[in-house]
Amino acid sequence: MTEPVPQDGAIATATTSTDAALTPEPSPSAEGHKRVNVREYGLVAALIVIVLLFQVLTGGKLLMPDNIASLFQQNAYVMILAIGMVMVIIAGHIDLSVGSIVAFIGGILAIAMINWNLPWPLAILLGLGVGVAVGAWQGFWVAYVGIPAFIVTLAGMLVFRGLAILLVGETIAGLPSGFVGISNAGILGLFGYSGALDIFTLVLGIIATVAFVFGQLRSRRSLVKHGLQTEPQPMFLAKLIGVSLLLLFFTYVLAQSAIGTPYVLLLVGALILAYAFLMGRTVFGRHIYAIGGNVHAAVLSGIDVKKVNFWIFVNMGVLAAVAAIVTTSRAGAALAAAGNNYELDAIAACFIGGTAVTGGVGKVSGVIVGALIMGVLNMGLSIMGTNPAHVMVIKGLVLLFAVAFDLINKRRASGR
Amino acid sequence: MAPAPSPDVILEMRDITKTFPGVKALSDVTFKVRRGEVHAICGENGAGKSTLMKVLSGVHPHGTYEGEITFEGKPCQYKSIRDSEHDGIVIIHQELALSPHLSIAENIFLGNERAARGIIDWNRTNSEAAKLLHRVGLRESPDTQVLHLGVGKQQLVEIAKAMSKDVKLLILDEPTAALNDDDSAHLLDLIRKLRDEGITCVIISHKLNEIAAIADSTTIIRDGQTIETLDMHGAERITEERIIRGMVGRSLDNRFPDHTPTVGEEILRLEEWTVYHPQDPQRVVVDHANLTVRAGEIVGIAGLMGAGRTELAMSLFGRTWGTKISGKAFIRGKEVNTRTVTEAIRAGLAYTSEDRKRFGLNLIDDIKHNTTAAALGKISAKGVVDQPKEYQVAEDFRRKLRTKTPTVDSIVGKLSGGNQQKVVLAKWMFTDPDVLILDEPTRGIDVGAKYEIYTHINALADAGKGVLVISSELPELIGLCDRIYALSQGRITGEVTKAEATQERLMSYMTKEKEVTGR
Repeated sequence: MTEPVPQDGAIATATTSTDAALTPEPSPSAEGHKRVNVREYGLVAALIVIVLLFQVLTGGKLLMPDNIASLFQQNAYVMILAIGMVMVIIAGHIDLSVGSIVAFIGGILAIAMINWNLPWPLAILLGLGVGVAVGAWQGFWVAYVGIPAFIVTLAGMLVFRGLAILLVGETIAGLPSGFVGISNAGILGLFGYSGALDIFTLVLGIIATVAFVFGQLRSRRSLVKHGLQTEPQPMFLAKLIGVSLLLLFFTYVLAQSAIGTPYVLLLVGALILAYAFLMGRTVFGRHIYAIGGNVHAAVLSGIDVKKVNFWIFVNMGVLAAVAAIVTTSRAGAALAAAGNNYELDAIAACFIGGTAVTGGVGKVSGVIVGALIMGVLNMGLSIMGTNPAHVMVIKGLVLLFAVAFDLINKRRASGR
Repeated sequence: MAPAPSPDVILEMRDITKTFPGVKALSDVTFKVRRGEVHAICGENGAGKSTLMKVLSGVHPHGTYEGEITFEGKPCQYKSIRDSEHDGIVIIHQELALSPHLSIAENIFLGNERAARGIIDWNRTNSEAAKLLHRVGLRESPDTQVLHLGVGKQQLVEIAKAMSKDVKLLILDEPTAALNDDDSAHLLDLIRKLRDEGITCVIISHKLNEIAAIADSTTIIRDGQTIETLDMHGAERITEERIIRGMVGRSLDNRFPDHTPTVGEEILRLEEWTVYHPQDPQRVVVDHANLTVRAGEIVGIAGLMGAGRTELAMSLFGRTWGTKISGKAFIRGKEVNTRTVTEAIRAGLAYTSEDRKRFGLNLIDDIKHNTTAAALGKISAKGVVDQPKEYQVAEDFRRKLRTKTPTVDSIVGKLSGGNQQKVVLAKWMFTDPDVLILDEPTRGIDVGAKYEIYTHINALADAGKGVLVISSELPELIGLCDRIYALSQGRITGEVTKAEATQERLMSYMTKEKEVTGR
């Protein structure tokens, strides 16, 4: 009776597909090789182009060792928040409050260390605990009361910014050096030096490269074993060699930096691995995609949608606390105005990184590249001493064009 | 350039070829409609019917296809729907495109407002709407909000909207797919009336009995090509079997696979199952229903729209519908409490929704993830999914159900209706239930795929499952089920075995009114 052609133009791809269903052997790309994911490669290519562009515009300053180190230190917050945000967005929500939460928890950290004289590791635990509580508070309203996350987190944005101002006043400075070191120092000289190069950084970079190559080979072998589609061999090799060279190059440059391997790089790296695993391999991650893809089907599949939504926001709270730690550490002080517009940076990173506005689609690796694009823009423009107003205009346009490019690509792919 | 068409031909599409990347959707299709006739288009899902209509109406603009279109003797080069509507060609899609919070009158004149210098003349809007509603036989006030209307009435509003545009050729895509028998009959009457008023109608339908009843000509499309155009009033009597033969390219002598049931012990029993409407808790929707299903048995539930069939199933399946649910449910003789979907699944129940796209599948995800969605626990340890195992499971089901897809990595939204339904079946077979409740398992599926689904349902019964099938199509219930319950106004009004079942008998149970009406 009903022919599965959605009249709704939004699902443009489905138009071709129904007609495709009649041919017994559908598209030629289906045989043997997976269609090359243009979007993912395009994203990485865009990042490389932007890096090279700023390398030229800054007269080679962008890729200087200390600048690479501070690229990560300066922008760790975007990546950390974007990891939590992508989960929120995939599930079909949004979180506008994370910037305010960063300021609020930053205030608590500073008060704990300065006014209460708490040792800084304990202050960090306290901050993470507050992150859990804040996330649970918002998750409760979204998941169990059913208020749209836009409203709940808009309220949170006001509430936590207000609380941050009440707590901090303007600034609480003089934080302990151990805490300040988190975002300003790194592991240096642990294994000694080879000339000007820090050996620990080199070892770490080589381990990362080897792990990457083996991981890729293993997953490709597993695909082949199961008769699944793989990328064409030349493409795969190009990717393998390209990424390995990039990793080694950055290792080499970073090994010359004044601080060695920044602590935040290790932190962010660990978070990326953990969350890529969570989203890609665990039941919890799968449930997030299922909810974002079709919430009705998820309910009828026995998925506890409320519980999953609740924990997504608790998780976002914790990651906001982590972002508060690195931000406060970086500044060496708590500021009432800290974290201003951070939510927008994180959301932009998600959408540049290919997350679907309607939910259900997105990857941790994608948003990290999105966050790096934002980070390189920030860094490059600040090295060039660009007026902050111009920076905002440029970032806004990059977001708009990135998503527009993506949309046009998809439309072309579906033959409309 | 074009030879002058004979005067009674209103529309002629010649040698239409439309290619999507990798697929030829239409190949040299020729389609001719005479003025003032009802012309049916038949074909399996994916045969190209909707694509042909999209080419005609300008959804696929001129230049994206090859071939020529002549409407009323003039060649047409439509760039958009606006162009084709300007010439009097209006399409009503099967998914109705009304704005629910606007009134009937506002919907009718949406995009075509009765206004002077941008200011809407409400009196003219409402009075003209009232006239149109009278013409289509819809007795509703023009200022009623559309969301308060049933699907059948919404369909009529769509037709009124088409008539407001001086329609000459009305195209209806699956107009009765979502309608009950009464509404369908009314709609068919209306189409006849429109024909008598001189409006030419093209109707795309899967319901062959309706086509046989209403069409003057029938064009059959298969695999993107015109197979034949049948004159329904010609010398040859056109039967449903004749049309099916054209659609599938072979004769389907038996629409149902042979099946000898091996019925075992009772596996599901419902006692005094009662459910009230969630928005109107005074209204009883399922009324003290008692039923049993035995292992190896396929049991049908027949009922008109609104009889409470889906409500019965969903209230049992994790209380996903209804309020004040009372009664007892037993599985294998043990009383079960199915307050959540998780509990229902654990108790051994599976439910496949009548609307697989909205409630059954994650259309933007792939086959393997959809297959395991309801039983991820079975292929995971400590919350981590075993992906090779998941792949294996999905692949096994793909082979077993013969799902037509290159790999289980394919996105479910791109499959045809029949293959989507196979993914839904796989998903619930993987939960290894005792009882499967299949709500409209073949809705929107073409004839060939239906046969396959029936085979799989039989196999499930042979594996010792109890199967409860809900369907609007009585021949399907009679052909498939070992026993059928009839439901009317929430009450079970009759129970017949396969041997006793006739459409007339079921229909008489299904229309049995309550002795005492009122609440």
